Amino acid sequence: MDEHIYQQKPSQADSSSKSTQFWEGFAKGLPIMIASAPFGLLFGALAIDQGFTLFETVLMSAAIFGGASQMVGIELFGQNIPAWLIVFSIFAVNFRHVLYSAAVGRRIGHFKPLQAILSYFVLTDPQYAETEKRAESGKPVTFIWYLGVATPIYVMWVFEAFIGGLFGNLITDTHALGIDMLLPIYFLGLVMGFRSRENWGPIVIASAIASIIAAKTIGSPWHVSIGAVAGILVAVILAKPEAVKEKP
Amino acid sequence: MSSIFWIIIAGAVATFLTRVGGHLVLSRFERVHPRVEVALNAVPAAVLTTLVAPAAATADWRGLVALGFAGLVSLRFNALTMFLAGAAVIILLRQFS
Repeated sequence: MDEHIYQQKPSQADSSSKSTQFWEGFAKGLPIMIASAPFGLLFGALAIDQGFTLFETVLMSAAIFGGASQMVGIELFGQNIPAWLIVFSIFAVNFRHVLYSAAVGRRIGHFKPLQAILSYFVLTDPQYAETEKRAESGKPVTFIWYLGVATPIYVMWVFEAFIGGLFGNLITDTHALGIDMLLPIYFLGLVMGFRSRENWGPIVIASAIASIIAAKTIGSPWHVSIGAVAGILVAVILAKPEAVKEKP
Repeated sequence: MSSIFWIIIAGAVATFLTRVGGHLVLSRFERVHPRVEVALNAVPAAVLTTLVAPAAATADWRGLVALGFAGLVSLRFNALTMFLAGAAVIILLRQFS
């Protein structure tokens, strides 16, 4: 990849101090932290319920840092399923990150190697969405800013596993609390955040239809990859010819 | 160490591979073809939609009302307001109807 195309050149207006950038990111991370809190706590509670120790529960949140895949992992663990299949299921649920990773490389290509490793480690759905929005707004995507977004989310996510594990039996009726709808509501917000992008409507419709059909026929978690491919294909097909012309 | 411990470690490695893998593959190319660029720009909407649509398709009417309301709120307000509004609607509906 030609990094010079994507690298943000620090201009006078962008040279805000590092602490300012950190707190700008932190402000973006806070709403994500709040929205993910119910799931962090729920994960902790369910993991203990499945026979995990408190250490294993906290370790899973700290090492994997991906809500849906952690839930799948502990659910499968309760059944008599071979270990490799559980690991593969975690991989499959997280497979969508391959696309985030490819896309976000254009935004954080200028990070130093260790910074990049840490940044890819914390590349969750909302982290990716915020990074894309930041790049779109023309502001520089610096490592300090990126860290500002990730810090509140990660620290609280790990802490919630601990708290959920300790007090999990207090959550009794997850249906009455609407837990099953919180994540879809949250992700809808992320989808809406990109509505000014080219061909957003057709992409969303194609992705929605394909993922619903795939969820009903092939089943989870493959509906994510299948739906995503359908949306991306529509974007490529609908792209204006000048947009896809090879630059001289 | 227990088998749970090793499953967690292996799951963490697998997850990290998905988070770094896309970039590693793409960075092997000298330049990004414009068509690939178009595809990458479609990633947020295309992937995030798949995390909403199937849930909406199987939701009860209360869930659909909450999603619809949250969608409307998102047209004018930020993501946190939108999330809290949607959460309030689903919790209230599940309690009282």
